[in-house]
Amino acid sequence: MSARIAEFVAMGGYAAYVWPSYALTAAVLIGLLWSSLRALRAREADLAREDGRGESRRRDRSAS
Amino acid sequence: MHRFANPARFLRMAAAVLPWSAALTVGCLGAGLWFALFDSPADYQQGETVRIMYVHVPAAWMALFVYTNLAIASAVALVWKHPLADLAARAMAPIGAAFTALSLITGSLWGQPMWGTWWVWDARLTSVLILFFLYLGHIALANAFDDPTRGNRAAAILALVGAVNVPIIKFSVDWWNTLHQPASIVRIGGPTIDSSMLTPLLLMAFGFTFYFVSVLILRIRAEILARKLRTLRFAQGEATA
Amino acid sequence: MTRKRRRLYFLGLFMLGLGTATALALVAFQDNLVFFYSPSDIVTKQPAPERSLRIGGLVEEGSVERGGAAAGKRVEVRFRVTDLQHTVPVVFSGILPDLFREGQGVVALGKLGPDGVFRASEVLAKHDENYMPPEVAEALKRSGRWNETGGQRK
Repeated sequence: MSARIAEFVAMGGYAAYVWPSYALTAAVLIGLLWSSLRALRAREADLAREDGRGESRRRDRSAS
Repeated sequence: MHRFANPARFLRMAAAVLPWSAALTVGCLGAGLWFALFDSPADYQQGETVRIMYVHVPAAWMALFVYTNLAIASAVALVWKHPLADLAARAMAPIGAAFTALSLITGSLWGQPMWGTWWVWDARLTSVLILFFLYLGHIALANAFDDPTRGNRAAAILALVGAVNVPIIKFSVDWWNTLHQPASIVRIGGPTIDSSMLTPLLLMAFGFTFYFVSVLILRIRAEILARKLRTLRFAQGEATA
Repeated sequence: MTRKRRRLYFLGLFMLGLGTATALALVAFQDNLVFFYSPSDIVTKQPAPERSLRIGGLVEEGSVERGGAAAGKRVEVRFRVTDLQHTVPVVFSGILPDLFREGQGVVALGKLGPDGVFRASEVLAKHDENYMPPEVAEALKRSGRWNETGGQRK
C-alpha cells in the first residue's frame, strides 16, 4: 500500500514538475476567489456604513 | 441587450445563477482531478508529465476565452454605452490575467522535462506572453484615471486593439514553425487525443469555465457596489456643501 | 440610435483596419518569425557558416551514435536531422531532453560548419499533438495503422 502511494507521489520521476503545477493552480484559483470575496464583503460593509450615516442625517433633519 | 443593462435585474439573475455555477465548479473540478490524477493513463511518449496538460491546457483555453469576452464587453461598452459592460470588463481582466499566468507557468514546468527548456521565444509562447501583458495593461489603464469613465474607455480601446492577438495565438502553431506542437482538440479532422485523456481534460475545462462564471459574478457585484458607493458619496458631498 | 449606429460602424472599420495592418505586418516579417529551419531550407538557402540558427526536423531512425566516455565527462552525440527530403548531420555534447528519440521531432540551436555538419549548442525535443496511453500506441502499431510522422506537418 505505502509502496503504491510512494509510486503515485513519485509521478514516474516527474514529481518536481507535476505537483508544483497542481499546487500553483490551486493556490492561484483559491487566492483569486478569496480576494474577490474579501473585496465584495468590504464594499458591502462600506455601503452599510454609508447608508447608516445617510439614514441618521435624514432623521436629524426631520427632527429639527 | 438592454434587458441586462439594469443592475437590479442583473443582480437578481446573478443570485439565481451563482449557487448552480458554484456547485458545478466544485463538481467538475472534483471529478476532473480524480480522473486527472488517479484514473487516466500515462502518455506513451511523455509518461506522467501528461498530467500537467489537465491544468495547462484548460488554463490556456480560459486565457483566450476570457479575453474574447473582455473584447466583446469592451465593444458593447464603447458602442452602446452599456453601464454593466464596463463593470464586467473591469471584473474580468484579473481573472483572465490569472489564467494566463497559470498557463505560462505550468507550460514552463512541462517544457523543462519534455522539451529540455523552461522557455523559448517561439510564436506561441511569445504571443501568450503578450496576452498576459495586455491583461496587465488593461488593469493598469482602467485604474489610471481619477474619473473612472475615462479609465474604462482607455482600457476598452486597449482590449479591442489587443483582440487581434487572439487569432494569432490560436493559429500561431499552424502559421509558423514553433517548438510548441499544433492543436490536439480544436482542429480539422477531430481530436488527436485518446478518450481516456480527453475526459479529465474536458472536465477540468468545464470546471474552470464555471469557476470563471462564479468569480465573475462576485466581482461584478463588488463593482456595482463600488459604483453605488461613489455616487452616494458624491451626492452627500453635494448635500453638505 | 444613429449615434450608436455610427459608433458601431466606426468600431467595425477600426477593427478591419487594425486586422489588415496586423496581417500585412505579419506577412512582411514572415521570415523573421521562423523559429527553426528545416534541412531542406538549409540545403536550398545555404546560410552563412558562422551564423547561429536553429534547425528542426525528425531524428533519423538508426542515426544516433553516442560517443564513448573517453571524450571527457560530456558524451558526444551524433545524429541526423531529416525532413524526409534532405538530412543534415548534427554533433552535440551535452544533456539531451527526455523526449529525444529516434523518429521524434527535434530542434537544435547551433552553427553550420564548413563541412556541412551542424554543431549544436542546445538540443530541444519537439513532440507532436498525439496523446495516447502506451497500450493504444502498441495496438495501433500491431494493426499497421501507425503513422510514424503522423504528427509532423509538411
